[in-house]
Amino acid sequence: MTEPTIELPVDREIDTSKMKVSDAVAIQITGMNKWFGTFHVLRDINMTVNSGERIVVCGPSGSGKSTLIRCINRLEEHQSGQIIVDGTELTGDLKNIDKVRSEVGMVFQHFNLFPHLTILENCTLAPIWVRKVPKKEAEEIAMHFLEKVKIPEQALKYPGQLSGGQQQRVAIARSLCMKPRIMLFDEPTSALDPEMIKEVLDTMIALAEEGMTMLCVTHEMGFAQAVANRVIFMDQGQIVEQNEPREFFNNPKSERTKLFLSQILGH
Amino acid sequence: MSDTHAQTVAYVRDSMLPEKPPPIAEKGAIKWLRENLFSGWLNTALTVLSLLAVWYALMAIGPWLLNTVWNAQSLRECREVLDGASGACFAVIKDRWHQLLFGFYPPQHYWRPVLTLVLMFVALAPVLFSQVPRKMLGFSALYPFVAYHLLWGGSIWLPVSVILGFVLGYVAYRLLARFAPLIAIAGAILVPVIWWIMFAAGFTSAMTSVAPIGLDFIRSDRFGGFLISLVIGVSGISLSLPIGVLLALGRQSDMVFVKSVCVMVIEFIRGVPLITLLFTASLLLNYFLPPGTAFDLILRVIIMVTLFASAYMAEVIRGGLAALPKGQYEAADALGLDYWKAQRLIIMPQALKISIPGIVNTFIGLFKDTTLVVFIGLLDPIGLSNAIRADTDWNGIYWELFIFIGALFFIFCFGMSRYSMYLERKLKTDHK
Repeated sequence: MTEPTIELPVDREIDTSKMKVSDAVAIQITGMNKWFGTFHVLRDINMTVNSGERIVVCGPSGSGKSTLIRCINRLEEHQSGQIIVDGTELTGDLKNIDKVRSEVGMVFQHFNLFPHLTILENCTLAPIWVRKVPKKEAEEIAMHFLEKVKIPEQALKYPGQLSGGQQQRVAIARSLCMKPRIMLFDEPTSALDPEMIKEVLDTMIALAEEGMTMLCVTHEMGFAQAVANRVIFMDQGQIVEQNEPREFFNNPKSERTKLFLSQILGH
Repeated sequence: MSDTHAQTVAYVRDSMLPEKPPPIAEKGAIKWLRENLFSGWLNTALTVLSLLAVWYALMAIGPWLLNTVWNAQSLRECREVLDGASGACFAVIKDRWHQLLFGFYPPQHYWRPVLTLVLMFVALAPVLFSQVPRKMLGFSALYPFVAYHLLWGGSIWLPVSVILGFVLGYVAYRLLARFAPLIAIAGAILVPVIWWIMFAAGFTSAMTSVAPIGLDFIRSDRFGGFLISLVIGVSGISLSLPIGVLLALGRQSDMVFVKSVCVMVIEFIRGVPLITLLFTASLLLNYFLPPGTAFDLILRVIIMVTLFASAYMAEVIRGGLAALPKGQYEAADALGLDYWKAQRLIIMPQALKISIPGIVNTFIGLFKDTTLVVFIGLLDPIGLSNAIRADTDWNGIYWELFIFIGALFFIFCFGMSRYSMYLERKLKTDHK
């Protein structure tokens, strides 16, 4: 197998000074199983995510990678095993679920902005109603993060007036306004045009540079190469292989991984 | 061929083209006429035919309307004035308009329903238009009690005791909220109910004997005409929307008991004609209530009409809920919003917006259905038109009465329709 060529998504140097993995455990999953009806979608998942880790989850479609990260903020319910997020175990207890959800930000493939609210209102809604932040302060926080994702001038527009890339950046800002400790990305660039993928990845890289704990389901291998400290490959509901990116791409161990990489990286 | 090809392979535009105005025939009234009225031989033929039809209709109705007799005491007198010519006899409206509007409401008290109507628009303003100061919503909340007292009168302490129940419920909620939300909600429901059942009557009679304030009491059987349509219609409309929302949410609930109760209520009420419910209200309901309870007929009709409209409303709103992408629920969940906050801030604003045409459709249907109360002996405008015809003076007059009644209903229904279109435009944020 020839050395695969992976392009970096940004032209600038990546600042790794703040990308530090600490010893504190952010997410702990042990012996977790999930079924959709009779379909065993996640099988005996064990994984530990430390604070500051940037993990890319990849795998063929239907492999359960989206379901895995959706279990972490309980958008999907797991049927057995244990998920502990930031010290809180996810059970049927609604209080715990809401607590975890307010600590964990999520970015979706289809942005899921609220179309009836302006960009600013999208960003201030959760801080005001969940965190009980005064409106004025919430707006200041929102503007701060909208500047971070480089679209403060769109604050008073509605989501329908923005391009896909801009909407996804707003979605990232909306999550950041809750000051989450962990960010989950569920194929954030899959619904975007190539031109817009870059601006969203740029935002995600900037976030990684600040030391955010990130779990990204994505096929952007350039992004994985540049910022991830660990790549997890899933197939048929199981973790098949995980490694640090250089080893993962250059020296995959399992046949399944080799096949997958050869398909998505091109020859 | 080879030349063209050579050009397309390597071609660089050296100057960009400026924007130009469209040709004359593509703009203004000429374009509109050509596209909409005379776009082809079929369209042209239809345009001419339609114009002819409108012309004949005007020729048939116009003289009759223009030749109106306004001053007469009876249909016979009208005919004498007309002397064989075709003409309308709107003198009947001039003679009986007060009955058509107020029924047998005592004339010296006409100011009360009129004031109620004026205040209704004041109370509606902050609900319908976001430009109106939010503080006025306080008056809107108080309006049902004001309206009740203005229309029926009696001791002012009765509505006050009902309001007190709500106040007590709020206080109980506030005090219990620090323990657990469920206890607080139970308290907020139980305390007012206990107050209304056990103490409200005593409070009312005690306060009335101490300070007998209030307007003259007017019995429900004096109500009639358009007044009764408005009372039933407006109460039904304003109650059926919140109940419909709750039923729609209940039907989507994961809790089996809540879900099945809501499904049963919706399916049962939708499966039964309104007129059956009205007969139940007027005849059967008394059998089920404790003996001696005098349960006002208008109130019973309002309850039935509200239930009927709520069932339809629930299904209309369920349609709106179903049209929302799943991602909206997930985004709300992922941000940590709890169920009620997600519903209130994210889901309902969008679902209701989608359902506006259906909701207003149900409202208009409900408002016009209020004329069905004529079958259980309430004197709504249709009932009164019969009563007016029963008088020998006006025996045989139909068109003029029905045109007047129709016009009254049309004003309100058309108003609702226009408002809904305004609201749809205002809430349009998707920029499609």
